[in-house]
Amino acid sequence: MTNTPALAIRGLAKSFDRPAVNGLDLTVRTGEFYSLLGPNGAGKTTTLRMVAGLLPPDAGSIHICGVDALRDPVEAKRIVAWVSDEPMIYDKLTPYEYLEFVAGLWSLDARVAEERARELIDWLGLGPHAHERCEGFSKGTRQKVALAGALVHAPRVIILDEPLTGLDAGSARQVKRVLRERVDGGATVIMTTHILEVAERMADRIGVIAGGRLIAEGTLDELRIQTGRNHTSLEDTFLALVAEQQAA
Amino acid sequence: MTISDMAHVLGRRTGSHFAGTCAAGSLTWFAGHELRLAWRDWLSMMTAGRRGRERIVAFAVTAFVVFAHVLAYYFIVRYVHVGTEPDKPALIVITGSVLLSWSLLMSQAMESVTRAFYARSDFDLILSSPVAVRKLFAVRIAAIAFSSIVMSALLAAPIVNVLVMQGGARWLGAYGVVIAMGATASACAVALTVAMFHVIGPKRTRLIAQIVAAVIAAVFIIGLQVAAILSHGSLSRMVFLESDTLIALVPDIDSVLWIPARAALGDLWSLAITLGISLAMLGAAIVVFSARFGHHAIAASSVSASGTRQAQHAGFRRRSPARTLRQKEWTLLLRDPWLVSQTLMQILYLLPPALLLWRSYGNSGEGTGALVVLVPVLVMAAGQLAGGLAWLAISGEDAPDLVATAPILARQIIRAKVEAVLGAIAIAFAPFIAALAFLSVHGALVAAAGILAAAAAATGIQFWFRKQATRRYFRHRQTASRFATFAEAFSSISWAATAAVAAGGSWLALFPAAIGIAILFAARWMSPHKA
Repeated sequence: MTNTPALAIRGLAKSFDRPAVNGLDLTVRTGEFYSLLGPNGAGKTTTLRMVAGLLPPDAGSIHICGVDALRDPVEAKRIVAWVSDEPMIYDKLTPYEYLEFVAGLWSLDARVAEERARELIDWLGLGPHAHERCEGFSKGTRQKVALAGALVHAPRVIILDEPLTGLDAGSARQVKRVLRERVDGGATVIMTTHILEVAERMADRIGVIAGGRLIAEGTLDELRIQTGRNHTSLEDTFLALVAEQQAA
Repeated sequence: MTISDMAHVLGRRTGSHFAGTCAAGSLTWFAGHELRLAWRDWLSMMTAGRRGRERIVAFAVTAFVVFAHVLAYYFIVRYVHVGTEPDKPALIVITGSVLLSWSLLMSQAMESVTRAFYARSDFDLILSSPVAVRKLFAVRIAAIAFSSIVMSALLAAPIVNVLVMQGGARWLGAYGVVIAMGATASACAVALTVAMFHVIGPKRTRLIAQIVAAVIAAVFIIGLQVAAILSHGSLSRMVFLESDTLIALVPDIDSVLWIPARAALGDLWSLAITLGISLAMLGAAIVVFSARFGHHAIAASSVSASGTRQAQHAGFRRRSPARTLRQKEWTLLLRDPWLVSQTLMQILYLLPPALLLWRSYGNSGEGTGALVVLVPVLVMAAGQLAGGLAWLAISGEDAPDLVATAPILARQIIRAKVEAVLGAIAIAFAPFIAALAFLSVHGALVAAAGILAAAAAATGIQFWFRKQATRRYFRHRQTASRFATFAEAFSSISWAATAAVAAGGSWLALFPAAIGIAILFAARWMSPHKA
């Protein structure tokens, strides 16, 4: 691991009709699986969309692996992958063609990209559908194609917004396995989820966001200590933290 | 009564008050429900979902109605004095006009029927409820007919009103013919779509029905133009309808073929026959098909698009991001038969001018004159086609997040997409320009410049008014921004006019060109994206 954090956010702010993200500070270390939790409307997706370069912030700074994402967005995008809860892929392309398209966008070497694509198709169990158009795929298969697209350019930081929503147990397990392998290989995963059990089992550290601010952060044990409730589940801890924040 | 008042009254009548006065699940209850949904859809479409726009819409509608009546007066006044005992040419013109309008209505009705089959928004709720679904589908078929009738009545109103004002109340019979056209078009559309369901299955019907609908709308109009060109060397449909050749070919004036035309002229007996037959057809369609409609809807809802395999190609190809994006746009366009059919339909309208061009080779004097007709048609078509393609490439991006998170500058993405659009236009129009060059190099150069200007202007307007959507909303792109739609149309018209005048060799072409540029500035000024 290097000392440069995978993600360093300082004073990040974004308002729509009301403040969605309100002076957020967040640091994610290189090579960790970081889970961002929060109630609906807490600002999780807005934060991650700003990090991925999909939304310009009103204020603050974002550094990805030391690259200033606001000053040099192209360089930042080169090392980041974004997967949203709604897989956006092209119905008329096959998974194989989709991965070739992504490889073209990231200017990858064709031979290397094809090798990675074949590996990903294999890992994610997409083999039987590799040359079928995506238009008839289930939500789970589409999400796996989108994930393969995100991973084919070997990103150092993988940002996922509710990637397991709507997946069956088998598909969810495959996705989790692939993400764990990426983290073991040195990549950083930042993921929002409403499935607290996933965060509890997979995340190295958990951040809880509410009202556009980070209200708690740490390992599950550290969060428990923070709420003064040892031996409780992440769900109880999370609800206690959010309730405290709302009461304040 | 203002639109606001109507909205209030209709909303109230079709809301809880209406529901309270009708037995739940009855025909009238379903009719009230459908009426409320249709009204809200229409209002939302007209006001683009923004409150407080009702007055603007009312003003625009009024201005349009006045303009349409003035326009109708100039075109129609010569037919006002056709008597109740008309001659053959008058009957041919009226019947031809009725058939033209009917083909458009039929096309629209087929679209509506297909939507009714495949739009699943409330099917799960309705089909799982304990009400008789036959009643709902009877109401929906009737609603399709009703909307066809209302639409055609609105379009015909300026013409009929002018005829009534100038020629007397007997012309009110034309409204009866309009009702008959809407009823028969809907009945035929339902019958044809259901027949397709049985013959080719629900999976293929969706696509084929939409293509057939587009072809029906185009073929009759194009066929008349082709006939006009072959017989008289003119693009005007009326020239062919009034030609001696056709007059000699059609049946005598006492034939039953002319009954609808006589009905339009106010012959009560003909009107009764026309209305009676058409309403009977609609009634039969409702009785026969409403019971099976639910089964078809279930069959349609279980349609899956899976199973289309693509041939494998050898390995990934090394491409720049820009080329990757261009290639993607072309691949997606070519793989979507419906989009291809819609695009080709616009090119199909170029068939008549192409035919006129071909006929002009033999006669140099006529050929020069034909330029003034041909060049603007090409330019207009290029503008319209570019507008559609630009919407697909810029707004209809199915994976916007992927493209936006790629390590490419936004302007490079846009440039690649614009290149994809202009490349497609170049491929579509190059053969026409080449053919034109044989007739006149000057004409070909003017046409090429006009096509480029119209295509670039339409693409620019689509860029300034871009609004993220998926490609399946292509048909509804006009409702996203009324201003963009009108700007695109008027821009194409301006560049077509510029090209027409320039093809004639006049410096007056600068005036329509200035209007075209002014439209672009106005579009940019009004656009939400002034980039």
